[in-house]
Amino acid sequence: MPANLFSLDGMRRRRTGARREADRDPDFARKVARTPGGEKLFECIQCGTCSGVCPVSEYMDYTPRQIIGLVRQGFRREVLSSRTIWLCASCYACAAHCPAGIKITDLMYALKRMAIAAGLFPARFPTPVLAQEFYKMVKSKGRSTESWLMMWRFLRTQPLDLVKMTPLGMRLFLSGRIGPGTERIERRGDLKSISDRLER
Amino acid sequence: MEYIYYPGCSLKGSDKPYEESFLAVFRKLEIPVRELEDWNCCGATLFAGVNEKMALGMAARNFALMGTSPADLIVPCSACYLTLNKAKKRLAEDETIRGEVLKALGEAGYKGELWKGRIRHPLDVLVNDYGLPAIEKRLTRRLRGLRAAPYYGCEIVRPMCLFDDADDPKSMDRLLETLGASVVEWSLKTKCCGAIVAASIEEVGLRLNGTILREAKRKGAGAVVTLCPLCHFNLESMQDKISRELGEDVRLPVLYFTQALGLALGLSDAELGLRRSLSPQLVLR
Repeated sequence: MPANLFSLDGMRRRRTGARREADRDPDFARKVARTPGGEKLFECIQCGTCSGVCPVSEYMDYTPRQIIGLVRQGFRREVLSSRTIWLCASCYACAAHCPAGIKITDLMYALKRMAIAAGLFPARFPTPVLAQEFYKMVKSKGRSTESWLMMWRFLRTQPLDLVKMTPLGMRLFLSGRIGPGTERIERRGDLKSISDRLER
Repeated sequence: MEYIYYPGCSLKGSDKPYEESFLAVFRKLEIPVRELEDWNCCGATLFAGVNEKMALGMAARNFALMGTSPADLIVPCSACYLTLNKAKKRLAEDETIRGEVLKALGEAGYKGELWKGRIRHPLDVLVNDYGLPAIEKRLTRRLRGLRAAPYYGCEIVRPMCLFDDADDPKSMDRLLETLGASVVEWSLKTKCCGAIVAASIEEVGLRLNGTILREAKRKGAGAVVTLCPLCHFNLESMQDKISRELGEDVRLPVLYFTQALGLALGLSDAELGLRRSLSPQLVLR
């Protein structure tokens, strides 16, 4: 089997090594346990079912099981700057199979929000950028235009790779599936009013 | 009774063939369906990772547009389907957050209680409301000779699983059999395609979609049949690259279930958006 498709050389960076007592944030676990998804944090038995069924755990720097362990130990910085939380594709396989009934997908969402609030991100990694661009676009227009979104994501994180995407873009354009326009709703002012209230 | 239809952003963009085939099939079966006026993005999986309250606010504006309508809301995109169902459940169960969200909506001019109707997938509506016997009566041709691999993806069955089994869903299998196709038994029907992560990190996308396509091919499938715009896009757009890198031809036609149904109802390739496909064209005997 060719190395570049089914080997994990390109992306996997499993992190190991010592962590220090001084790096722990003693309140972190309790804070996470109070957010939706974190309710059953302390019921995790560290069985690893989540990591086993996760389709992307091989690409993660910490597996989902390790993330839960790190959260409980208070290693806030490791957790919030991990690739793991941004690799979660929301497939809910872990949540569906967790014997302790932990909503791991929702836990990942909670950790993403905390990472954004803390300004902690894994280096040169596209998904947090994509999430924030998407949020900004949709909040102001009311709808997302995928072609514009993908273009922004490449310009912001991997501008040289935009060239690689051109053939696909052309095929979509020629088949009438993307165009130069952007999607938007009529009552955009209403959304602004809603977000002004809810973001406070 | 009339259904209200929530397209979502994908069906108005790169997944136009899904909207075309969905509407064509419903028209052909004379199931009345009307687009929700001025609907907004559901917030998708990305919004919940940025701001939870605003994610609920986005979903709730769509519910407010439904007002007090008793109609079911049909949502063909799996991500929209789950996001809206999940938001509705959360708002119904959590009084505090419901209060905050409804207040913000009220101040923007959307007064009233939380909409009480149901959010349905078109597959659910076709199989469970219209019914397979009624569909069978309308068929003008059978898809004999087609070996179809039904691919459900994740969010239609997990975590809420409102109309089918979480591990081994069968609704689409039964529909395809009704159309005269034979159905491939395989274990990857609810394996994740990587969704937005696959679309933004190439290596992840190639690996996950390569696994799915190769397994379908090995089981003798002549086409993969999907029900989610993002699964469909990932499975069709990466085929050439995966085949090159694997040194194995994994190219297969990828259809929406509405396109397969439309063909059996006698609709044309053009009416079903099949000419816009990025994957090989389906050839029926």
